[in-house]
Order: sequence, then C-alpha cells, then structure tokens
Amino acid sequence: MGKTITIDPVTRLEGHGKITIHLEEDGSVRESFFHVTQFRGFEKFCEGRPFAEMPSLMARICGICPVSHLIASAKACDALLAVRVSDTGANLRRIMNLAQFVQSHALSFFHLASPDLLLGMDADPASRNIFGVLDAHPSIARDGIRLRKFGQQVIERLGEKRVHPAWIVPGGVSAPLDTKVRELILAELPEMKEIARRTLAWYKKAYRAFEAEIATFANFPSLFMSLASPRGELEFYDGQLRMMDAAGNVIHGNIESNRYHEVIEEAAEPYTYLKFPYYKPMGYPRGFYRVGPLARLNVVEQCGTPEADREFREFQQLQEGAISSSFHYHYARLIEILHSLERMEQLLDDPAILNKRVRAVAEPNNLEGVGVAEAPRGTLIHHYKIDEHGLIEWVNMIIATGHNNMAMNKGVTQVAKHFVQGREIAEGMLNRVEAVIRTFDPCLSCSTHAVGQMPLEIDIMDAQGEVIRRVVRGAP
Amino acid sequence: MSVLQEVKTLTINGREASARGDETILEIAREHGIFVPTLCHLHGLSPVGGCRLCLVEVEGANRLLPACTTRVGEGMVIRTDSDRLKGYRRMILELFLSERNHTCSVCVSNGYCELQSLSRDAGITHVRVPYRYQRYTVDASHELFVADQNRCIMCTRCVRVCEEVEGAHTWDVQGRGIEARLISDMNESWGDSDSCTSCGKCVQVCPTGALSEKGKSVAEMSKRKQFLPYLTLMRDKWK
Repeated sequence: MGKTITIDPVTRLEGHGKITIHLEEDGSVRESFFHVTQFRGFEKFCEGRPFAEMPSLMARICGICPVSHLIASAKACDALLAVRVSDTGANLRRIMNLAQFVQSHALSFFHLASPDLLLGMDADPASRNIFGVLDAHPSIARDGIRLRKFGQQVIERLGEKRVHPAWIVPGGVSAPLDTKVRELILAELPEMKEIARRTLAWYKKAYRAFEAEIATFANFPSLFMSLASPRGELEFYDGQLRMMDAAGNVIHGNIESNRYHEVIEEAAEPYTYLKFPYYKPMGYPRGFYRVGPLARLNVVEQCGTPEADREFREFQQLQEGAISSSFHYHYARLIEILHSLERMEQLLDDPAILNKRVRAVAEPNNLEGVGVAEAPRGTLIHHYKIDEHGLIEWVNMIIATGHNNMAMNKGVTQVAKHFVQGREIAEGMLNRVEAVIRTFDPCLSCSTHAVGQMPLEIDIMDAQGEVIRRVVRGAP
Repeated sequence: MSVLQEVKTLTINGREASARGDETILEIAREHGIFVPTLCHLHGLSPVGGCRLCLVEVEGANRLLPACTTRVGEGMVIRTDSDRLKGYRRMILELFLSERNHTCSVCVSNGYCELQSLSRDAGITHVRVPYRYQRYTVDASHELFVADQNRCIMCTRCVRVCEEVEGAHTWDVQGRGIEARLISDMNESWGDSDSCTSCGKCVQVCPTGALSEKGKSVAEMSKRKQFLPYLTLMRDKWK
C-alpha cells in the first residue's frame, strides 16, 4: 500500500475541487483523481416552479457564465412554448453570449492561467497570480482586465446587470436594442480586437517554452464534441452537435439538440459529485470525450470570421488530425476571443439588429423541451419537463465541466506520473497538476474563485491512512 | 353637522394639524406629506389593520395604534417616526421575509414589490430570525394567472378587492396564525373556481409576487393599482 497526496482546494479555478495522488511504495504515481466536492441540487429545487422563472433561476448556478445558463435555459423554454424566436431576438441573445465568451475567456486566460505562462510553473506561489503579472508584465495584465471589463460591460449595457441579467426570457429577449448601446459597443470593438491580436501574437511565441507541459497536459487521443453550424462553422448559440474522433473524422454529425440523450449517457463514480458523460455507442469509459475551445476548434471546419479563420488555419498546423494536448485549450481560447469580437461586430453592423420584434409570446405547447448552447467551457444542455399548467416536473442538466470530467481525471494522472516522483514534493510539480485542470477552465460549482492565496493542503498518508506529513500553502 | 364631520385639531410629529372627525391617522399623515409604511392598506379597500406596519404612538394611549384604522381625536398627540417604531417596523418586515420564501432575485415581481421596497427603505440587509423555508405548492391551474403562496404575506388585499369591488368573493383565508393561507372557493384549485370572473383585480393589488400574470419572467410583473380609486369613486357616486 502506497501513499496519498491530496491537493485541496485546487487554486485558480472557478469553484472547489480536490486532487488526490496515490503513490506506490517506491514513490511513483499509481493513479490520480480529480474530485468535485460540492453538491448543490439545482435540479431538485426547481421542481414545482413556473417554467418562465427557469432562465433566471438557472443563471444563479454561476456568477461567471450566467449568460450561458440563461441561453440554454431560455432555449429549453422556447421549445416548451414551441415558438421560433425572431432573427433579431436570436441575434441579440447571440451578442450577449459572445460578450460572455470574451469576458470568461479573458478571465481564464489572463487572470487564472497567465501567471503560470508568464512567471513560470515553478515561480513563487506568493506572487504567481494576477497581481504578480501586473508587477512583471503590466501591459499584458492590463489588456486582460480591459478585455474582461469590455465583455462585462456589453452584458450590462444589454441587460442592465453584469451578472444575472433578466433580459433573456422564454421566446426571445425582453427589450429591443437601444441605438446608443449599439454605437457604444461598436466604438470599443476595434481596441478589443487589437488586444486580441497582440495577445495571440505574443502567445504564439510563448507557448513553445512549454514543450514538456504540452506533451503531458492531458495529451491523449479522445473524442471531441461541440455544436457546429450547418456550414461547419463555429456556432455558440445554435446549430447541431457533432462528435469527432481523435483522427479528426466526424463519427456522428447532425445530432439535433433535443436528441442528445440518444448519444450521451452519464456514469457516476463514488469519489466525486460530478458525473461522467460518455458517447453511448462506444460505452463507458472508452467513449469519453472533450468539449470546450479545443474541442470546438477540432470539430469545426472554419470559424466563419476572416481574422479568426487565418489564426485557425495556423492553429490546425499544430498536429495532424485532432489536436490532442489540452495545453492548447489556451491557444484555442484566444482564437475564440478574436472570433467573438469579429462576430459581435458583424451582428451589430446589420441594421436589422435594431428591429423591435424581439419576443415571441405563447402558452406552453410542449411538455418537454431541450436547450443546447455552447458555453465558454463547452456544450451546455438544459432539459425540462413541465406539467399541463407549466410547472416544472423534472430537470436534467449537463454542464460543460461534466463532459470534460473523464479527460480531466486522465489528465491529472498523466501529468502526475510525469512530474511527481519520489517522496519529496516540489511546489512547482504540484502546480503543474493543478495547471492541467486549469487548461480546461472548469467551472466546478460555478461559484467564486479566489486569487492566488487560497490555502493548498497536501496530505501524505501511509498505508494505515495516518498523515505522516502535511504541507500547507497560503493562509486560510 | 354630525360628530364625525366636526373639525379636530391635533399634533402629528410636532406639527399642528386639523382633520375631519371621520379621518384616520393614516389619512391625516398622508395629507401632511408624512410617510407611514403600509402593506395591507390600499386606498379604495376597507382597512383591516393586519400588517401592523403603520403602528403609531399616541400620547396617553397604553399601546401602539394602527394608523389605518384609528380615527383622529381632539387634541391627539401623534408620533409616527420614533426610533422605537422604526425598530418595530424593521422587525415586522424581517418576520415577513422569514415566514415564506421571498427570494427577490428570482421573483416575478423583483423591482416592483412593495415588501422589497419597504425593506430596502428600512435598510434591511439581513434577517435576524431563522427562515422557516416552508414549501407551498404553486397553483398555476388558472388560465391567466399564477398563485405562488411562497411569496404571500397574508395582507388580504386580494380577498377584499374580490369581495368588495368585484363582488365575487373567490379568495378567502383558511387556518389561523402561522398556518393561515389563501384559498380560492372551498379550497379548490384556482382554475376550478366557479366564482372567479378572471378579472385580475386580485393580481393587480397584490403587493408582492404572490399573484402574477401567467408567463411573466423574473422582474417583469409590475402591478397596476391605479384602477382602484376610480372604480370605488364611480361606485360610490352611483350608489
């Protein structure tokens, strides 16, 4: 019987998670697990509520990507109403979702991941955070803060609130776009695109220093899933699901979102509250897949906006077939920021965006509805059943982080096997174990995260389960 | 001239005032621009003095008196804004908030709720008593409206408007004390009510999100209470 190392909580993530590393007698890594230790029960306490409250209720799952929940939930409600949202209504929802992508990706890349990239995986944990980046690389930190602020402001300008706006409703949005808001957003877009361009230019040089990490950060063949438009372009709001294999072939395309359960099933494991979805035809655990920025860029044939497409073609040169290292989630995230800004500009440039017909009104006409959208972290599925009066009877949700659960677990094992050796545990080595989780940008409970100084506790246990050594980082 | 129409002189918050004998303390306060919080009271409906938010101090009285049901008297000395009253009002609001599930952020009446705005004005940031977390079934059986008892404060405005103005008496109260709850007809679901005329007056006078129009999303249910004074005025005129 070997030892167990516990990293709890994992820092610079959204939410609370824990990693345990089980060692053999000789100090080598046997296996590692990534545990999500919170249980929240949203699916339960929505029962009995009027369905029209669902978008706002569901948005409370998360303070970082509430817009994604609003959109998936409102789409499920559209299906209950059996209405088709007007083009303007759908495009306004799209703009808010794109703003959400910009702010969330900026948070993930600049605030959470960039300290590792800029200061080094082995840097002093006391300064390995966004404040350390501000000291050492102020212009990059400022760019990140500016980009995130822009995304948040677009959300606020459209929905009157930065977090949990009530503007996205069943049938569309509750108010049309104000001409002034349109002009304000359009005026800021050129500066934001410039930030996205220079960050990409810098990153394309910087990532080459991380060869060992690229080779071991959840770098294995897997399936990839995301939405794609009928033309095979990036599509965050609508479209159909596609499953792709590691060689880059679409093995299951044109999956209508309301039939997701024909291809996805969920397994449960005793060590975590997070379930393990898998591709049904291949079975569990062989049918595990990844979602999110890397999966989307693997799955689509093009982005659909000019500058992002140029970057996309360069990105595709990284590897034949599907790009397999999760380290490249960061790269994919930056391309998606550029794409989101371009797409936002296209949608706002169209005069039809000011149309006043933005909401379809109906009584519920279906007793069951599914809404699927791409959240920054990957595919988000909301599925509701209502009674004849419109009260919620049953809810199922598959959150992006859930899809990636198996890949994160395998990634933790892979990186621990490579970097953790012997009885001495270097801090930078544990940081790499956390950093592989960070590439997925998981939103564990979708609760708040702390900057840098969250306590990190590592317990080394002997065969009898006695703690023989405890390493504590940071102050509680 | 009847006794009630005699002019009374009194003092309210240190100001000299005069009033007709049939006026209440609440009316004279509002005539003089003095704000007294109320939830069960609504101009056009009979007063019941149920919510106790309008309690005032009257010199010589051995207890606090509800302004909405107390007639003015000659030489009365009234205080509406003492620290003691403010403390009691705050406690009453906290008890309302703790009794049922008033989760403003996901309520249809968010931004339009009288309980919410009074609580905000009273500076309530937290509730000092434990929440009861009672779970009430939402009644969405009516074609047009939804009754969510989780947001109800038992002000009985709906009961009174239905009986006194619409004349239907669909709504009433069942049970006592903390067990009291609204019922339609003989405790049937609202959609099965024979007496309900679907006029919607109860929804419009409801101070919270307890009664709402069907299909409204969060923060969309603003109420239109303006109709009530006109209706009662016209009714009295043609009586």
